[in-house]
Amino acid sequence: MALGVKSRRVLARLLQAVPTIFGILVVCFLLTRALPGDPAAYFAGDMADEASIEQVRKNLGLDQPMPMQFVTYVGDLLQGDLGVAISTGQTVAQELAKRLPASLELTLAALLLSLVIAIPLGVLAATRPNSWVDHLCRFLVTAGVSLPTFFTGLALLYVFYYLLGWAPPPMGRLDMMFLAPETVTGFYTIDSLIAGDWALFKASLAQMALPVITLALFTLAPIARMTRAAMLQTLASDYVRTARAAGLSSRRVLIDYAFRNALLPVVTTLGMVFSFVLGANVLVEKVFAWPGIGSFAVEALVVSDYAAVQGFVLSMALLFVSLNLLIDLIYTLIDPRVSEEE
Amino acid sequence: MNRRNFLKGATTLSVGASLIPLSQLLPSSALAASNETAVVVIGGTINSLDIHRSGTNRTSYQVAINCYDRLVSFGTKQMPDGSLSYDYDNVQPEMAESWEVNEDGTVMTFKIREGATFWDGKPVTAHDVKWSLDRAVSLGGFPTVQMKAGRLESTEQFKALDDRTFQITLPFASKLALPDLATPIPIIINSQVAKANATTEDPWATEYLHRNPAGSGAFKVSRWNAGEQLVYERNDNWACGPLPSYQRVILREVPAQSTRRALIERGSVTASQDIPNKDAKELAKKDGIKVVSTPIENCIYSLCTNVDFEPFKDKRVRQAIAWSIPYEKIFEQAAYSQGMPMWGGTDEVTSIDWPQKSPYELNLEKARELLAQTDYKDGFEVPLSFNLSVADWAEPTALLIQQGLAQIGITATIEKIPGANWRTIALVEKKLPLHLENFGGWLNTPDYYFFWAYIKGNLFNSYNYDNPEMTKLIEETLDMAVTDPAYTPNVKRMIEIAFEDIPRIPLWQPTLNVAFKEGVEGYEYWFHRQMDIRPLKPA
Repeated sequence: MALGVKSRRVLARLLQAVPTIFGILVVCFLLTRALPGDPAAYFAGDMADEASIEQVRKNLGLDQPMPMQFVTYVGDLLQGDLGVAISTGQTVAQELAKRLPASLELTLAALLLSLVIAIPLGVLAATRPNSWVDHLCRFLVTAGVSLPTFFTGLALLYVFYYLLGWAPPPMGRLDMMFLAPETVTGFYTIDSLIAGDWALFKASLAQMALPVITLALFTLAPIARMTRAAMLQTLASDYVRTARAAGLSSRRVLIDYAFRNALLPVVTTLGMVFSFVLGANVLVEKVFAWPGIGSFAVEALVVSDYAAVQGFVLSMALLFVSLNLLIDLIYTLIDPRVSEEE
Repeated sequence: MNRRNFLKGATTLSVGASLIPLSQLLPSSALAASNETAVVVIGGTINSLDIHRSGTNRTSYQVAINCYDRLVSFGTKQMPDGSLSYDYDNVQPEMAESWEVNEDGTVMTFKIREGATFWDGKPVTAHDVKWSLDRAVSLGGFPTVQMKAGRLESTEQFKALDDRTFQITLPFASKLALPDLATPIPIIINSQVAKANATTEDPWATEYLHRNPAGSGAFKVSRWNAGEQLVYERNDNWACGPLPSYQRVILREVPAQSTRRALIERGSVTASQDIPNKDAKELAKKDGIKVVSTPIENCIYSLCTNVDFEPFKDKRVRQAIAWSIPYEKIFEQAAYSQGMPMWGGTDEVTSIDWPQKSPYELNLEKARELLAQTDYKDGFEVPLSFNLSVADWAEPTALLIQQGLAQIGITATIEKIPGANWRTIALVEKKLPLHLENFGGWLNTPDYYFFWAYIKGNLFNSYNYDNPEMTKLIEETLDMAVTDPAYTPNVKRMIEIAFEDIPRIPLWQPTLNVAFKEGVEGYEYWFHRQMDIRPLKPA
């Protein structure tokens, strides 16, 4: 029965997302059209004359009135056709299928790395206020939020590639010598493991190292700070005091009572961090020549490539809807109160 | 046999290939030797392998250059600094082994090279040439406009007389026709492959050729990961020139300029295409790196004064502006002294070299004096616009011009226009009063430059300049042979008018800068500004 309640709630959440996504479609459609600039003139090329611009406009379907364009767009969308990104010459679906995993691989690896560092750091800082751990935490948090990612990226690149030569040439997801593994997940690290190719796994990991550290430095700050604050709060709470008074082991108090309750705001923060790290990706992708979704979207926006921008926004919308859902589900796992409602 | 030779052998022989793990494009030893593989980094992105497709960007033109042949090409000349450049005045055979032009210059007959084949082994015939040129004039957009520049406008002008004889009929003789055939546009496509992949909606197989080049050129595309890299593999059966030295060229897209610079400085790559002036200046001093800077032919970075804007209707105001620009400072701070100064020339036009120095220089007294004679002696306000995608030189230039104008009482406010809008606002609608412009003509004659930039309505006349004498001169001269006795006086007169009326104030002639690993030879500058990898030789 509990499962029934849960899956019903998941379904309800998914249904709630439908109007949101439709709204995003409409707004995005209108906003791209409101961008200054004439894509037909741009894509017709520098030397094109009036007739050829008109021809390109017709090819792009931009000679139609706007409501017609929208109907065509939604119709194509329902058939799974996202259109062609003229700026890159590929279909939007192809671009997303290739670039989204590239960005996600980077983002998720960075989040994982920052979680592994930030949560223990935050917990330690909270249990030992004003000790050296706390100061280290404070330093990392301040550095993390105040250093722009492109700067951290360039600085790391300068030290570890240019000066020391430890990192491989920052030329994208794989060194020139390697071919991409067969696509299963689109994550090169995972796909190379599935293919059982260790050399390839190491090569893709090496390319990821610097961008991941760059992003992790950036994401570490909010997570560590939130962990520390939440831990301080729970450690000062009545139930922890009660648990201590009841003579429970300090380990049990810390992990089962304080930490589990402190996790809730941390998970919420994680969702937020994930969303803005996808945005921060753009700069890191540029510096490390990473063929990700961020640089694709920015380029498309600059040249008013409507189909590409719309495809990007749509995929991001879907991503966030599922992310929020996932976070809600995680809540029910860690917070007993949420799962017992109804 | 030493180790190096063994490794070299191993990569060329298929026996060697089977030893390489599947996931590796080539063994690491081959890269280390780098005598067979070149790695070139570019900032742009290749968005199509078909130059005729609408939307194909400039960076992608290099596929047409390296993978396809044209009927003719240009020879090579040595520049004063010892570097190499294509030679506009020397048209050479490419797919045509010879050609004849009839007496009145309207019929050109080309003999197709014997034994030339496409990559799939099919012989190249005049029918392929006919199909390919028909395609270029029919698809519309940039290819059609470029073909038109050479007076090649309709499919009726092209005839395949037999398998090896191809004929072009021109409406009238033009000196632009033959050089236009050597631009990247009139490539020869394997029409059999293309037709097999054409559909009724897409008779010219644009969807197929977009991803699958079908040519006869020196390199094939062995791999294209859009947005990441393009790998060229040599065509060992290339018939139209000496076999390229590199077996394989990997073109990597690295958007961040600073990253590209780090890569070339560390020696991770063979070449970095189109580097900014600042880097060119600094990298040239480093060991292990060779920078080749070539002035871009028929191109001038200019300040344009739109005559639709009331004060600029008065010629003296335009001249006053030309006298108030701190040229020297701009050249140092915006161009990092790379390029050719285009100011401080003689009062009289003595040659028809183009670009050439204008008679203007920084002379505030003259500027104030001229302005004082006009209705605008108390100055006026004007927006000064530039294209954000060329901000590396345009921004410092605009700031210095702003300072110069302030000295004579003109208040300029700087307006940055995003690259995507630039074309529409500046070139099509032509409504920017004062702006920076960087037009360069592919065909290298002054009259061709004047055609695009000084006839009302033409694209790069972004300042609505209209002078009947100029228009008449250009129209008379454009197709005239350079040996015609009227040619030199006509061009001289055009230059005189351009400097007297000065709607377009020349600042400097820019350079195309390419950085190479020390020892890489054979690089040649081309008007299309893309890397021709065919003549490159490893260190």
